[in-house]
Amino acid sequence: MCVRGLSKSYATPQGPLPVLRGVDLTLEAGETLAMMGESGSGKSTLLHLVGALDDADAGDILLDGVNIAGLPENGKATVRRETIGVVFQQFNLIASLTVGENLAFQSRLANRYDPDWMARLTQRLGLDNLTGRYPEQLSGGQQQRVAIGRALAARPRLLLADEPTGNLDEPTGDAALALTLELVAETGCGFLMVTHSVRLASRLQRQATLAAGTLIST
Amino acid sequence: MRQICWTLAALASHWRKHPANLATLILGLAIATALWSGVQALNTQARRSYDSAANAFTGGKAQNLVAAQGGLFAQDLFVALRRAGLKVSPILEGSARIGKKTAKLIGIEPLTLPRDVGLAPLAGNRSATGMLTGDGLSYAAPGTIRDLGVLAGERPLTDAGFKLPPLVALSEAPPGAIIVDIGVAQKALNRPGRLSRMIVAPDMRIDATTLTEATDRALRIVEPEEDSDLARLTDSFHLNLTAFGLLAFLVGFFIVHASFGLAFEQRLPVLRTLRALGVSARALVAAMVIELSAFTLLAGGAGVIGGYLIAAALLPDVSASLEGLYGAQISGALTLDARWIISALAMAGGGALFAGASGLLKTFNLPVLSVARPIAWREAHRRYLARQATFALLSLMVAVLAGYFADTLEGGFTVIAASLLGVALLLPLALEALLRIGEALSKTPLSRWFFADGRQEIAGLSLALMALLLALATNIGVGGMVEGFRHTFIGWLDQRLVAEIYYEAATPHDAREIEDWARKDKEIVAILPVWRSKTRIGDWPVEVMGMTPHTTYSEHFPLNAATPDVWRMLHEEDAALVSEQLARRLKLSPGDSFDLPTTGDSWRLRVAGIFPDYGNPKGQIRLDHTRLAQHFADASGIHYSLRVAGDATTRVMTRLQETFGARIARIVDQAEVKKISTEIFERTFTVTTALNTLTLVVSAIALFASLLTLSNLRLAHVAPVWAIGVTRDRLATLEMLRILVFAAGAALIAIPLGLFMTWALVDIVNVVAFGWRLPMHIFPQHWLTVFATAQVAALVAGLVPVRRLARAAPAELLKVFANER
Repeated sequence: MCVRGLSKSYATPQGPLPVLRGVDLTLEAGETLAMMGESGSGKSTLLHLVGALDDADAGDILLDGVNIAGLPENGKATVRRETIGVVFQQFNLIASLTVGENLAFQSRLANRYDPDWMARLTQRLGLDNLTGRYPEQLSGGQQQRVAIGRALAARPRLLLADEPTGNLDEPTGDAALALTLELVAETGCGFLMVTHSVRLASRLQRQATLAAGTLIST
Repeated sequence: MRQICWTLAALASHWRKHPANLATLILGLAIATALWSGVQALNTQARRSYDSAANAFTGGKAQNLVAAQGGLFAQDLFVALRRAGLKVSPILEGSARIGKKTAKLIGIEPLTLPRDVGLAPLAGNRSATGMLTGDGLSYAAPGTIRDLGVLAGERPLTDAGFKLPPLVALSEAPPGAIIVDIGVAQKALNRPGRLSRMIVAPDMRIDATTLTEATDRALRIVEPEEDSDLARLTDSFHLNLTAFGLLAFLVGFFIVHASFGLAFEQRLPVLRTLRALGVSARALVAAMVIELSAFTLLAGGAGVIGGYLIAAALLPDVSASLEGLYGAQISGALTLDARWIISALAMAGGGALFAGASGLLKTFNLPVLSVARPIAWREAHRRYLARQATFALLSLMVAVLAGYFADTLEGGFTVIAASLLGVALLLPLALEALLRIGEALSKTPLSRWFFADGRQEIAGLSLALMALLLALATNIGVGGMVEGFRHTFIGWLDQRLVAEIYYEAATPHDAREIEDWARKDKEIVAILPVWRSKTRIGDWPVEVMGMTPHTTYSEHFPLNAATPDVWRMLHEEDAALVSEQLARRLKLSPGDSFDLPTTGDSWRLRVAGIFPDYGNPKGQIRLDHTRLAQHFADASGIHYSLRVAGDATTRVMTRLQETFGARIARIVDQAEVKKISTEIFERTFTVTTALNTLTLVVSAIALFASLLTLSNLRLAHVAPVWAIGVTRDRLATLEMLRILVFAAGAALIAIPLGLFMTWALVDIVNVVAFGWRLPMHIFPQHWLTVFATAQVAALVAGLVPVRRLARAAPAELLKVFANER
């Protein structure tokens, strides 16, 4: 992933509010990067732009050499489906589908469903006995594991995580992150995680800090 | 108090943020109230008019004297009775065309008009001075003056060229009537020296013997109760209206219930926070009740105004059908009545309270600390479906029991209401099953999600879908009944109205002369006197009519059931044809015997046949013409029908009118009678059709309201799928498809339910209400129309929420994933 001169501002009654001001960033395949910063520094916005979830005002986002910043809605959807996996803090599982269906959903959607990989993933995530349950019947930690599994099931080139352990207690959060890092290493995808926690950030290979929309350290 | 005020402010902030939800809530309550109060306004107006008409001259307690053989009688009889010391007052009634309107012209004699009957203001010297001096005066109700398009003080000109005296508004005047001095009426109606009836002073009772001696059998007594049947005869009509009003209210109530339920879910975090901040459960509920009351007043008030407008729009049709069916004159100007305003507000208040009751109860029992886990919708939904299923089965059991044991109109409506409710409650279960099947058959993950998510969506949409189902079923049910009735009615008219010309002579004497003349006319093939009399069997008014032996009857007259030699039996034995409604009332079948009260005696008759008599609120008996004359001395011999050769109808009518002029009171040809009958029929069902359509519109609004309210909640379901890589357009298409699938499911269930409703209306309600059973017709084309209507309603209702989703900015969808959500 290569981000160049990425800018984004939001409209407010008082006029445009700049959130990102010309951010440059690179992330190699298999590399892990923690993005830190205070609330409102633009971390989540950066993640949403890189995740093809939002439109940038200016700048480029190259994924495997393809600039996704200028893609139309359909193109962005394809990127989200086939190239990226996202783990949200709120897990955002599909309440109407079972755990098994949630896990397979994106990979099936991307036509990349691999039963062997799915079986291994399910077993590694410790969800073998829970595939028939619904998300509301799981604990927070279990739900987070489903979210990680769903994101990795399609073997994405880039895994994004927005405060993935923010809703979990420390031991559960640590375990979830450890598992994620193992799986990232196994799949060889890039991993960008947004976090407030210096402790968790230190477990990733690189750390970067955003302040008022500008990258101040990497 | 301070606590409640601040709580109210916090609660109200929800509506500020969701104005569309507030609008649908108010709209739902207002529409429900409007439909209910509109129907109540129509009923109140009609009943007020019956009272006014019944009390106008008789006060419901005075005897009337009319010509023994019908028609008019000589004024000399009045003079003779007054000379004999009997306190009677003359009346002449007739119709006068004024511009495009017809008014009932009533001639009275103010000096002899009893003071203690209706229209007291016109009795006595004061009004006599006004009526009898100068140009005289005419009196009419303010609404009648408005309807006629004239002003008080003006002199209306009749089409016959007679200028009536200046009009004065009199609120006690019966609707549609102009009251003038009897001399003026005789001139205006071209009936010099003739009267139609005399009122006997209420403090005096005349017996038949005295009358016979004084008038030589020229007059007969009409007891007051004979003319006060109007309210009773029209009861069924009003009950039907009320039932439809109630149904429309129920559909509106579904909107309110859905809006309140969703608002409660949306405000749950606010309610918890308020409780956590120290607001007591009692204060919270009190604030919510105040909020509810404010909505009731606002929406109820708007509903009353809406109801008034609906009633005003429908009144001309209601009044036309009541006049056509029952001869009841209804004032064309709607008057405000405290009773229906209060009833409307009470319904709005009761409905709102009932709709909000579960929310209030939940609020009262809301735990301050709640585990912050996602709503266990599946568990809640399962409980909800189980509860629905229980209520549904109970409702269906009530329907079955009512069908078995009830033989009243209320029982018939209970069958319909309970079955509608039962099936409506089963709808979410049926849709759930349908979606489960879809899910099981799905091959792709998106289609699987489509069905699985649909099951989750049903919970929020079920009330609106139930409302749609009710409206669609009613549409099919009532539409089927009306259309079936139209088929039957037109066929029946063709059989019943075979004669080419129908006329009514002014007097029996005129009738004989016309008959003699007609015998010599070569183009008249047959003269069919239809002499008639009245009697009562039990407490029910019955018309008795004569029939001459003729192929017009034996080859065409429609019969439901008959003995093998019905026509021979009718003319050669003591036998009668009995109308279906009377036969049902008396539990008679062909071959049975019954006693018919005749003039001062009773006559044992056998039932030769039973004939359909649609649209007649009274019972009817057909007898051999000669035997009728023998047993009913007072039979009026002024009604006739004529069979004429080929295309001679117009020529014969012209000759009759030229020869006899005013001696023929009324003459119409077959086409005209059919046209009038069909018009009455169409107008009778205009109201039903209008209410039907309004109910459908209300249900579409219910669906729209629910979809709009749900659209915010739906984002949370849709955003993860969007984030995974499904475009907004595709999601919007799937959302619309799902709404259409739901509507299609409701429509498919509505078809058999509607058919059942048609059957219940035709086989139970109509039989009890009107006494006739129609053959059941099926109209598959109508089902297709209703199915298409459901799809269009769903499409329209879903357009705004789906468009909103398709155009939702990524930032809006991303809020779903935001930590602060």
